[in-house]
Amino acid sequence: MSVKWTSRLWAGAGTALATLVSAVGVAAAAGHEMAQAHGDLSAIHGAATQSPDAFQIPAMVLAPLLIGVVLVPALGRLRRSLAYQVTVVVFVAYLAVALKALTTVLAHGTLHYKMAGWMPPVGIEWTLDALSAFVVLVLAVVAVMVAIYSGVAVRRQNPEREVPFFSMMVVMMLGLTGMVMTGDLFNLYVFFEVSSLSAYALMAVGDRKAPVSSFRYLLQGTIGASSYLMGVGYLYVLTGSLNMADVASLLPHLLGNPALTVALVLMVAGLGLKMALFPMHLWLPDAYTYASSTSTAIIAPVMTKVSAYVLIRMIYFVFDSNWVLSDLHLGFVVTWLAMAGVIWGSVMAIAQRDVKRMLAYSSIAQVGYIGVGIGTGNPWALVGAILHIMNHATMKSSLFMVTGIVEMQTGTRRLQNWNGLGRKMPWTFLAFTLAALAMVGVPPTNGFFSKWYLALGLAGAKQWVLLVLLVLSSLLTAGYFFRLLERIYARTGEDVGSGSARVGEAGDGGVREDGGANADGVKLAGASGSGIAGARDPGLALLLPPLLLGVGTLVLGLVNAWFVTEVIAKALPAALRIPGLGG
Amino acid sequence: MDGFEVFFVEKWPYLATVLMILIGLYGMVLKRNLVKKLIGMNIFQGAIILFFIIHGWKRGATVPVYDEAFGDLPANYVNPIPHGLMLTAIVVSVATTGVALALLSLIYKRFGTLEEDELLRELRAEPAGAPSSGEMASQREDVEGAEPDDGGQR
Repeated sequence: MSVKWTSRLWAGAGTALATLVSAVGVAAAAGHEMAQAHGDLSAIHGAATQSPDAFQIPAMVLAPLLIGVVLVPALGRLRRSLAYQVTVVVFVAYLAVALKALTTVLAHGTLHYKMAGWMPPVGIEWTLDALSAFVVLVLAVVAVMVAIYSGVAVRRQNPEREVPFFSMMVVMMLGLTGMVMTGDLFNLYVFFEVSSLSAYALMAVGDRKAPVSSFRYLLQGTIGASSYLMGVGYLYVLTGSLNMADVASLLPHLLGNPALTVALVLMVAGLGLKMALFPMHLWLPDAYTYASSTSTAIIAPVMTKVSAYVLIRMIYFVFDSNWVLSDLHLGFVVTWLAMAGVIWGSVMAIAQRDVKRMLAYSSIAQVGYIGVGIGTGNPWALVGAILHIMNHATMKSSLFMVTGIVEMQTGTRRLQNWNGLGRKMPWTFLAFTLAALAMVGVPPTNGFFSKWYLALGLAGAKQWVLLVLLVLSSLLTAGYFFRLLERIYARTGEDVGSGSARVGEAGDGGVREDGGANADGVKLAGASGSGIAGARDPGLALLLPPLLLGVGTLVLGLVNAWFVTEVIAKALPAALRIPGLGG
Repeated sequence: MDGFEVFFVEKWPYLATVLMILIGLYGMVLKRNLVKKLIGMNIFQGAIILFFIIHGWKRGATVPVYDEAFGDLPANYVNPIPHGLMLTAIVVSVATTGVALALLSLIYKRFGTLEEDELLRELRAEPAGAPSSGEMASQREDVEGAEPDDGGQR
C-alpha cells in the first residue's frame, strides 16, 4: 500500500480547521441577518468611541497568527524549510504585539475591541485586561521559544511533516490566544475547539502509540468542551446574553436559581477536565508521554494553563466568586480535588522510570497548585495561582525541551540511562537543573514565589491542613527531581545495563541518514548523537530556548515582585483587590 | 392535566436531551470498539445541539425573517441566535469527527484493530515510550509511496 496515512491525518485535521474558521464567518453572517430582521441595525452598529490606536490592539495581537495560518502552509509548499522560518517570524511578531498590549493595558486600562464594529451584548467583544494581556504574553514567550527549538527537532524527528506541524502549531496558538482574549462565552467555545483540534493532531505525532492516546484525549476533551457548551446553554437561557460582562451584570438577579448552579457545575467540570484537575486527569500522562517532544513542549506549558485561566475568568469575573466558592462550597471541592491532584501527581511521578512520563505526572501536580489557588478564594492564593501560570509555563517547557534534546542526542529517556549525562552535556543540564530547582521551589527561582503566595493565601484562609500538604508536596517534588539530579551529576554512565538502553528498534538502515546508533547499535528515529557514551550538547538552536527559559526561572524569581505589584495586582477581580497593591 | 402529565408534556425536550446525553456517554465509556465510542461522542454532541435548538423555538412563531403578516412583535418569530450558534457547533462537531476518523485510520493502520481490548493488550506488550519498528516501517512506506501532489517539493 502506498497510501500516506500520516499525511491523511494532517489533511483531515487541516480541512477540519479550515471548515471551522469559515464557520466563524458563517456565524457572523447569521448574526448580521438576525439583526437586520429585527430592524434595529443602527442601534447596534454604533460608532466606536475609543481612541483608534489603542482599541485596535486586541485585533493586532491575533493578526500575526491569522496571517501565519495562511502563510505557513502556503510558503511551506514552495519550500519546506520556509515553514519553520515563517513560524518563528510570526511568533516573534506575536510576542512584540503581546508586549505592546501588556504595556498599553497597564498604562491605559482595559481595552475592548468590537468585532466588525458590532456593539457588545450583540456583537462579539474581545477584551484585553491585565489578566488576559499577562497570559497572552506568557503564551507568546513559550511559542517563540518552542518554535525556535522546533526547527531542528522536527526536522530530525518528523522530517516529512514540517509544514503541517508548524501550521498546526500556529493554529493552536491562535486558538489559545482567542480563548484568552474573547469576551464572549460562545466565541470562547469555538476557540476552545480550534486549539483542541490542533492539539489532537499535534499529539498524534510521535511514538507508535501516540494516535491511541490522542484519540482518548479527543474523546475526553470533547466531553469537557461539550459540558462547557451545555453550561453556556443554561446561562444563555437564563440571561439571554452571551457577552461575559453582560452576563456578569445580569447574574446577581438570578442567584439561587437552580439552573444557574447547573450551568456553573457543568462549566467547572468541563474546564476542569481540560485542565487535568484530579480525578479528570486520565488523558494527560499518555498523551504527553507518547507525543513527540516538540508537541509536548508546546502543548504541556500552555494548554492546561489556558483552561485554568478560563476557570479563573468564569469563577471570578462572570460569576460572583463569593457565591461560587462559599455559598455553593465549590471552593472546597475544587481546592481539595486540586490538592489531591498535587499529591497524586507527585507520588506517581516518583514511581515513573520514563523521564517524560515523570514530567507529565508532575504537570498534574503543578496544575493542582493553580487549582488550589483558584479554589481558596483568598487574594494572595489567587496571586499565587496566576503567577504559577507563568512560572509553570517557563519551567515545564524548558524541562520538556531538554528531555527532547536528550532523546535526540542519546536515544533514551529512561531514568537509569541518564547517569552521568550532566558532565557530558553541561549546558543542556544547566537548563534542566535550573528548571528542576524551580519546580521544587528553591528560593531564588520563580517556583518558590508562586508557592509562597499560595502558602500566604492558605494561611490567610486558615486552611492549615492544606498548608501542610502544600509543604509536603514540595518535599515529594524534591524527591523525584533530586533523585534525577543525583543520577545526572553524581553517577557515571558506565553502570548502564546493555539491554536497558534500547528505546526502539529499526533494523533497517537507510531510512534516515541521521539515525544515530547508541551504545547497543540500536537505531532510534531522530537520534544523531553516538549514543549515551558520546552524548554532547546540541547546537545553539536546540540549546538556547531551554537555556533561556531555565535562566528565565531565576530572573522571573528575582523580579517577581514587579509582576505581582504591577501586573497581577491589577489583574485581580474587583472583589479581591489587595489594599495597597497595584491599582 | 395533573402535575405528572404537565411534567412530561412540558419538559419532554429536557428528558430527551438527558436521555441522549446518557446514551452518548454509555457509548463512549462502555463500548469497547473505538468507532462505537466515536458514534457515542456524536450522539453526545447532538444532544447539546438539540438542547440549544429547543430553546430557540416558540409556540406559534414563524421563521426569523420579517413578514408583514406577523408584524414587529419579537414573540412572533423564533429566536435565531441558538440556530446561528449551533450552526457553528455542528461544524465543530464535524471537524472533531474528521480528526477522530483520521486518528482511527492511523490506529488501524498501525495496530490492525480498533477493538480496545486487543489494542490495550498490544500497547502493554511494548515497553513504555517506545517508538517501534512499526513507526519506522510506516514512514518508509511514506517515503517510497510519496504521492507527487502531496507535500510540495521533496
